[in-house]
Parts: sequence; C-alpha cells; structure tokens
Amino acid sequence: MSADQLLQVSSLVKEFKVKTVTGIRSVDQTVHAVSGVSFGVGSGETLGLVGESGSGKSTIGRCVLRLIEPTSGTVRFRGRDLVGMRKEELRALRREMQIVFQDPYASLDPRLTVGSAISEPLDIHRTPGDHGAKVAELLELVGLSPDHASRFPHEFSGGQRQRIGIARALALRPKFLVLDEPVSALDVSIQAGVINLLQDLQNEMGLSYLFIAHDLSVVRHISDRIAVMYLGKIVEVAPSEELHAVPAHPYTEALLSAVPEPDPVVERQRHRMILTGDVPSPINPPSGCRFRTRCPKAAEICAAEEPVLTTISEGHEVACHFPDSTPVSLRGTRS
Amino acid sequence: MDPVLSIKDLRVSFRTPAGTVQAVRGVSLDVQPGELVGIVGESGSGKSVSFLSIMGLLPDTATVTGSAVVAGTEMIGVRADQVRSQRGKKIAMIFQDPLSALNPVHRIGAQIVEMIQAHQDVSREAAHSRAVELLDLVGLPQPDVRAKQYPHEFSGGMRQRVMIAMAIANDPDVLIADEPTTALDVTVQAQILEVIENVRQQLRTAVVFITHDLGVVARIADRVEVMYAGNTAERGLVNDIFAAPNHPYTRGLLSSLPSANRERLKPIIGAPPNMISPPSGCAFRARCEHATDACASAGTALVRVGATETSCIRASELQGSRQ
Repeated sequence: MSADQLLQVSSLVKEFKVKTVTGIRSVDQTVHAVSGVSFGVGSGETLGLVGESGSGKSTIGRCVLRLIEPTSGTVRFRGRDLVGMRKEELRALRREMQIVFQDPYASLDPRLTVGSAISEPLDIHRTPGDHGAKVAELLELVGLSPDHASRFPHEFSGGQRQRIGIARALALRPKFLVLDEPVSALDVSIQAGVINLLQDLQNEMGLSYLFIAHDLSVVRHISDRIAVMYLGKIVEVAPSEELHAVPAHPYTEALLSAVPEPDPVVERQRHRMILTGDVPSPINPPSGCRFRTRCPKAAEICAAEEPVLTTISEGHEVACHFPDSTPVSLRGTRS
Repeated sequence: MDPVLSIKDLRVSFRTPAGTVQAVRGVSLDVQPGELVGIVGESGSGKSVSFLSIMGLLPDTATVTGSAVVAGTEMIGVRADQVRSQRGKKIAMIFQDPLSALNPVHRIGAQIVEMIQAHQDVSREAAHSRAVELLDLVGLPQPDVRAKQYPHEFSGGMRQRVMIAMAIANDPDVLIADEPTTALDVTVQAQILEVIENVRQQLRTAVVFITHDLGVVARIADRVEVMYAGNTAERGLVNDIFAAPNHPYTRGLLSSLPSANRERLKPIIGAPPNMISPPSGCAFRARCEHATDACASAGTALVRVGATETSCIRASELQGSRQ
C-alpha cells in the first residue's frame, strides 16, 4: 500500500468484554469484533466497506475516528497515528475527519434548531468568521434553503434530515468522511438524491469517503474500491468492477449472488450460490479461515491455517486458500 | 379460476390527534390460488395497513370499509370472533420481526402445536409430529431437537423459518408476508426466499409479498402491484412492470435504483404527500414531471396501457411519446 494514502489503518483489533449469563453463572467473554484489519483510503477516493451484521464494519468506522478506542493497531491520518494521541491533538485532527450516521432521526438533537446543530462544530472549534453565513452556505450546499436554519429537525423528512447531517459533517471543511449506512433508512426515491449529493460534494471538495453499507448495489455505485468483511476480517479487496466481475473469495461470490437485482429476466436466469447456516458467533470464531463453516470449498487446511490477504492481480487481494480467478460470468451453476 | 383473495374498494383511516389519516383509499385486488403477488411501495404507501386490516390486526383507532373475501369468507365488517376463526386457517401472516411475534417463554414446538390445535381437532401427539414435519419443510436442521428449544436459541433467519412453519401449519389458502426479509442479511434473505418459494410450490399457497425492495420482487413475484399514497398506481406481470412501466411513479422508482453501469441516479423530486389532507386527483402529481392541470381531477381507476394497468391519465399519451 502506498505511502500517499490519506488514511492508513494497520492491524486494527477491537475486542469487547461481555458478560454472558448461563443459568445462574455469569462468565466473562470476549467479542472479537475486528481482528487485525489493514486498509488504506487515498485522497479523493471512496472505499466501500461491506459485510453482514456483526462483520465489524461499523466498529471499524468508529475506531478510525477514535469514537471508540481500538484494542491494538494503528490508524494513521496524513501519516500521524491517532491511536494513543493526546486529546487536544486528536480534537484538532478531527476537524478533518467527520462522520455521518445511518439514522437521521436519532443523530439530530430535537431541541436544537437546524442552524444551531450545523454551527455547533464551528463553535466548538472556535472557527473565525460569521457562523450564520456559513450555515446558510452549508444548507445551500446540501440542497436545502437557508431559511431552514431556524426550523427544528421534526419539521423535515428523512432525506432532508440526512442532508442536515451531511451539512453538519461538512461544517469544518473536512478532508475525510466516514459514511456509516448513510442511505439505509431512506426510501429508494429519496436515497438516490442523497447518493448524488455525496458524489457531487466529493467532486467539488475533493473528499475521501469510507462508505460503510450492507447494500451492495449502493456500494458498487459509489465506491472506487470495495473491501468485503466477514466476522471481523477483510476477506477480499478489489476495485469495484473487478470485485463484481471476478469475486475470488467464495464469500464474496455468495454475497454478490444473494443480492436480488431489480430485473426479473436476469433474476430468473442467474446462477446463485446460496450459503447454508448462519454467521458463527464472534465470541468463538472458527479456527483458521473464519468462513470455512459455511464454505462449499472448505478443506482441512482451512481449519488449520488462516489464509492471509494475498495480491492476485493489480489492486485485488484475497484471503482464501482456494481463490477463484475465473470471471463469474463463466462459472457454472453450483450450490 | 375464482380468486382466493378478492379485495374490493378497501379503505382504512386512522383517527389521530392531528386529524384523520387516510392510509388506504380504495384498493381493489384479486389474488389467484398459488400466485405470488408482490406489493411494492415506499413507507406510508398503505401496503402493510391494507393487509393488516384484512387480518383484523389494526388498533381501535382504525376505521375499515370495503370488502375482502378470503376463500369465500368476508373478513371486513364482520364480528371479531369470525375474523379470528379464519385467521391462521384460511389466511396467515408473517412479519418483519419474528422475535416479537414469538412467545419467548414457550418452546417452538408447543407454539406450533397451539396453532394447529386452535383450528384442527387433533391430539397433542399428532399435532406435535405435524409441527416437526413443518419445521423440516421450512429447512430447519434437526427439527425434532429444535422443536424443544426456545425462540432466543434461534438466529434471525431460523426464527423467520419458524414463523413460516407456524403460518402454514393449517394449510392456509393465502399467506401474507410483510417485509419478511427486510431485517435479515442478504445471504439469509436468499435462504428465506427459497423457503417461501418451496412452500408455495408444495402447498399451492397464494402468497402476497409486501416489500420496498424491487430486487426481491423481481426475483420472486409473478405479478406486481405498485402502491402510492393509499392507492394502486400500477399493476402488471413482473416482467412488464420492470420492462415497460407506464406510471411515472413506477418509472421514477426504477430509475432511482443504482445500476451496474454507475450512471448518475435520477431521484424522484419532493416527498410523499401528507395523508391527513391528501391532494385532489392524482396523489403523485406534485412530484411528477408530466403533471398537467387535468391531473388535479384525475380518478384512481386503473386503465390498461400497453402491458400494464395504471391510474395515470396521461399514460397512453406518454407511452406514445416515448416510442
């Protein structure tokens, strides 16, 4: 990975201690949410992070901003490690790194006007200049009207609230945004407008995005590269089109083939790989490859040895003992 | 063939402190035996409320009028015990969140037994072996062991399988599936869609599948009803709805979806109307690029244009201009 990455995450680990109660006994256990994840995000780039619930993708988003403390590993932003950084230094750096959350209803204070919500980061960082004028400018930037500043969140629809969340994240002119399922709560007709807005803002302001989502069609649309997560590990990273054309990891293939396409003719002819079983518990992840319990290709080596991310073609890395380099269109029907 | 479910001019309104919300405003729909009808629409379009009203599951603040006949039995405007005697027998429903629909303190098997014995005069033993059979049918591994477990011991996908087993326990004519895969991960969703497809093929159950996901509809539906603001905007066979939609709302929904070619998306402008005071005429006209003055007095009747039926009064004219 090149040195000019804006964000470089290395060997990131996050474990949570939990108490589980069995009968009358309480046992201390460890949830291995993120287990040694490395990736970079370049300037002006969008990296999509996909995975199912419990894969650790949102935990990574929060660790990257140090909203929660990583257990170990490094998170370098412009070459400076955030992990272990002093509070004052971190606060200064956070001007450049912001986050937009999934739920536009929960992430805005119902008692703050939209104007105050957007100017709050400006006040906290004591930004010089006329904050009112900046709020008006930000509202216009996200496609709302400057007169909306005096209104309260409940007066807005879901799509408008998400635009307010984006305006607030942009108030300090950051370089990097974590977008954690930013359109998942929105109806499709509204979602499209917010996705367009995010792309326009990226082009105008040169922003870098870490786009976390479970909806692969949205991720494919917006991302330059995609990292696929399974149970706390990245199993495959590739440029967006490459990942869809040649998914080398069996989990990626299963995930892509599970996504229903809005085309009945395609849907009825598609080769589909349906996984059996459920995701194992992150408290006791399987030995070796974590996907092996559901993998049609699993062999002895998969339990004994953990596959490491290996480059199979330019920019395409996969962690599998039996990667498939055949284009998906040429693969036969398997189950 | 006689439809197994026949809905005529269904209307549902709710009394709220802010005024009366007109959630469903005259929906008519026939479902044939063994058919899978996809009901699509965005939040607040009335898609769930329509079918909850047929199941008699709405709160007292709701007023329901019209008719819904399930396999010869009227479900609207009849006594509550009459609805109850049909619910689970002729028509059953599964929901988005199976955990809240299962009783946490009873074993799965016992809950299915209860369901069977509510409608059939069979012994407990017979009902139990039928329950195990049903769990097997929905693809639950080790059904005899699983029947003795409690809901918290099951994953989300497995709970949804249990819900399906319970819903089909009395071999209903119609199964209403209300966003049954929305809370599930895509790989588990693919499994549940297969289960529903198997059930339909083996038992010839008609399925009404309510969803906001057009991809899911494309995968499993025979026919599609597109709902907007409490009415049907368009209906047709699944291939026709996706290949040649005639209502500007259907067209808008499809072009809002991200596609593989990464072209810029085309969102629908504005937001759905407030259903306390819905607009006159076509409810979509405020968001429609083709709206004219005539749309303000348009009715909601469906007219055949090309391969689909639509309520858009300009549909045939617009279809002509596209060609």
